[in-house]
Amino acid sequence: MIHDFSDLSGIQLDALKEIGNIGSGNAATALAQLVQAKIEMSVPIVTILPFVSVTNLLGGADKHVMGIYLAVDGSATASILFILPVDQACLLVDMLLGKKLGETSIDKFGDMESSAMMELGNILSATYLNAMSVFTNLTFIPSVPALGIDMAGAIIDAILAQFGEIADHVLVMETKFKKDDYDVVGHFFLLPEPESLNRILSALGVSC
Amino acid sequence: MEKIIQVGMADLKFAKAPDKLITAGLGSCIGICIYDKVLKSGCLAHIMLPSSQQAKSTQNKAKFADTAIELILHEMESQGASRLHLLAKIAGGAQMFKFSGKSDIMKIGERNAVAVIENLQKNRIRILARDTGGNYGRTIIFDPGTGDLLVRTIGHGERVI
Repeated sequence: MIHDFSDLSGIQLDALKEIGNIGSGNAATALAQLVQAKIEMSVPIVTILPFVSVTNLLGGADKHVMGIYLAVDGSATASILFILPVDQACLLVDMLLGKKLGETSIDKFGDMESSAMMELGNILSATYLNAMSVFTNLTFIPSVPALGIDMAGAIIDAILAQFGEIADHVLVMETKFKKDDYDVVGHFFLLPEPESLNRILSALGVSC
Repeated sequence: MEKIIQVGMADLKFAKAPDKLITAGLGSCIGICIYDKVLKSGCLAHIMLPSSQQAKSTQNKAKFADTAIELILHEMESQGASRLHLLAKIAGGAQMFKFSGKSDIMKIGERNAVAVIENLQKNRIRILARDTGGNYGRTIIFDPGTGDLLVRTIGHGERVI
């Protein structure tokens, strides 16, 4: 049993990295199809971080970002967050809605724009979870997405608070998506709960 | 030379004027400022959860409303403050995401605010000002010299409480 994320062994981390790799590979393909552009992804990072460091990954607690959050239910509960700087989000909306690049601005971010981003969150999460499901034989049921536009710390703290009662650290599986080699499109986070982590690990055959 | 001391998530720091305390990106979390007007010093805690009672991991006392307030009072008294002079200002406790018919977990901001106020009242600390609730994040800068608490937001103005 893993009680604390810091108990994870190297093999277990590698196994998680591998499913993260497959999940985000599928999500990157889905994103590329949606925006009809070449999308590159980073090698997934699997790390155990104290709460305060999570916002550092996003460029600081008061960075202006957009976050799409999904709660994952089923045999292994988790949280999914897709976070991106607001400028990048606006560019993505332009691509999704077939507008001229630069047309959407955060001041005029309406229902249509929000809906497009939430749908994007839906598709990315579903493809990611699908791949994980095939690999682990576990069922993952994502909730409807919720969208927030605000400071990175504010977006993430209610989600971290769910882990706060049991730990001071979270396991972060992070992938960065890039477009055209230079733009960082966004960070995709999967935050499994400790109990779910045990289920995922034993499904992968690396439980302790 | 005045310093601005950073307070992270689930963290607590002490400062004496002219130094200031800052904590960035409060969503459902709450920034609790408690200061002594006479000593011109104070503490800022960035709490995440209302209560340590049911929690399994309680080593970090700055994470919970109840234990963080105890810790602040202890720290202030060890710095020579008198409990009678202590005043409080709080900010945060927003609800960032809205789900239709969703459980308690997302109402954590509201529960945090209630718990902070209850615990301050229990310890007879007067709450001079509060800026809680809403659906937006806050960055706060606290000046223990004047007691001013500057609240910054994105798209919801800036104010001193």
